[in-house]
Amino acid sequence: MLSLFFDAVLALALPLLAWRVLTTRDLYRAVILFIAFGLLVALSWARLDAPDIALAEAAIGAGLTGALFLNTVGGLVGRKRSPSRESDESREVAERREAIQSSPGEPVDEVMRPWWVRLALTVPILALGLALGWAVVSFPEPAIDLAQQASDNLEASGVDHGVTAVLLNFRSYDTLLEIGVLLLAVVAVWSLDLGRVRGGQAALSKGLPVLHGLVRLLTPIMIIVGGYLLWAGAKQPGGAFQAGAVLGALGVLLVLSGLVRPPLSDGSGLRIGLAVGFAVFLGIGTAVMLATGELLNYPPASTYGLIIIIELFLTVSIALTLAALFVTAPPRKEQGSKEHSEEKGEES
Amino acid sequence: MASVLGWASAALVLVGAFFFLAGTVGLLRFPDVYNRLHALTKADNVGLGFVVLGLILQAGSLLSAFKILLIWLLVLASGATAAHLVATAALRGGIKPWKHR
Amino acid sequence: MPELYLGVATFLLLNIMVGLIRILRGPTPPDRMLTAQLFGTTGVAILLLLASALSLPALTDVALVLALLGAVATVAFVLRAWHKPDLDGEEE
Repeated sequence: MLSLFFDAVLALALPLLAWRVLTTRDLYRAVILFIAFGLLVALSWARLDAPDIALAEAAIGAGLTGALFLNTVGGLVGRKRSPSRESDESREVAERREAIQSSPGEPVDEVMRPWWVRLALTVPILALGLALGWAVVSFPEPAIDLAQQASDNLEASGVDHGVTAVLLNFRSYDTLLEIGVLLLAVVAVWSLDLGRVRGGQAALSKGLPVLHGLVRLLTPIMIIVGGYLLWAGAKQPGGAFQAGAVLGALGVLLVLSGLVRPPLSDGSGLRIGLAVGFAVFLGIGTAVMLATGELLNYPPASTYGLIIIIELFLTVSIALTLAALFVTAPPRKEQGSKEHSEEKGEES
Repeated sequence: MASVLGWASAALVLVGAFFFLAGTVGLLRFPDVYNRLHALTKADNVGLGFVVLGLILQAGSLLSAFKILLIWLLVLASGATAAHLVATAALRGGIKPWKHR
Repeated sequence: MPELYLGVATFLLLNIMVGLIRILRGPTPPDRMLTAQLFGTTGVAILLLLASALSLPALTDVALVLALLGAVATVAFVLRAWHKPDLDGEEE
């Protein structure tokens, strides 16, 4: 009874929040609402008995994506004053002038549509929504029960946890392509040349030592928890994605606090790290063809070992990818201004 | 013995819930960001602390009790740091502390 | 005992719903950010209560991850996102 009430509140809250996120015009408000939305989605996955996804959502949805979006908002706000960013004096003046003129998070979309346009849009959207809802309600009973098949064949998979078995054995081809997509995402972001859009590190006079203390405290714990999640994936919720997300967040914290300079200048190390997950996955996937004659069909005796090796390298690549997406800078150009802003952060 | 533990756990969890309520009320009713930070940290530290104490009494094993305790300590550290950072940023951003008139 | 824990979890969820008012009304971005920080802590408490009420120890791990990453968004907000006063907000 009570759990039903809990679920009802969640089910009401999610569409409400989604609607507010999409319709709000203040960028800060939209992003922070989205962080709250991610938290509620994580709670929903927990209620749906999907702790694996709840773990990933808690790490990525409520933590990392929020930070990514906030970084972007900062970049958008900073772009307005970009002409005067070179010298300190003019930057301060511009800042003050802009503070008077406009505030961050102003409406970005001023278009007001007449009522008949709204009505004309509402009808097909409602029809589509109803059709989709009907399609979900009228799902036929599955002819093949995939969940049952997966748990029946769990012993052959080499691991004791169903989700990991599906991700890295039964449907490993999908996972391989997903890792490829992650790699492509970093390449795409780097090719955008976002160096100028970035907001830069804000000067923080008093808080920095406190932040450094926190990051120094969290670093070993996050490494241990990342390792724990990776190890746990073989028999309970966890795995490479969750471990990678925790370690990626650690990378974001280290770069944000300025304790670690973004390792973008020397390039090759980071690039190898980004690619190694996909490379090892693909390498092992094709190497087993020699033994079994099929792509990604591991020989039964060594399944567990191969999956663990793949997951280990996947964790490294996923963590680096998430951190690299946050830094959002092409390797060479950004270094100068980055150092500049960091120094200022320490001085003032 | 078990029922005594059960009652104690229930009481602690309820006290924790009360502090969360107080934090939310403060968040809505207090006049400016600094006052609200004050309300928020009560929920963070004391509210979660009492809930954690209540759950530790019911924890099945020493290991899970330790894990729950670790979670509370982590929230303590990161919550305090986050509150400090937000207050610093708000001051730097020119939000003036509220004064009673 | 599970009923009580579930009840408290529901109560905390309702707290989050009410707290949303502060995100919607602001008035300043720091107000919104600190509300999100409170939601993170409340979410940790809810997950711990659910883990105990439903005997799902995996949810404790979710709470652990949430507790670890709770500060990341706030740190990004303070260091990267919010540069200057929101004058409009103060007039409200």
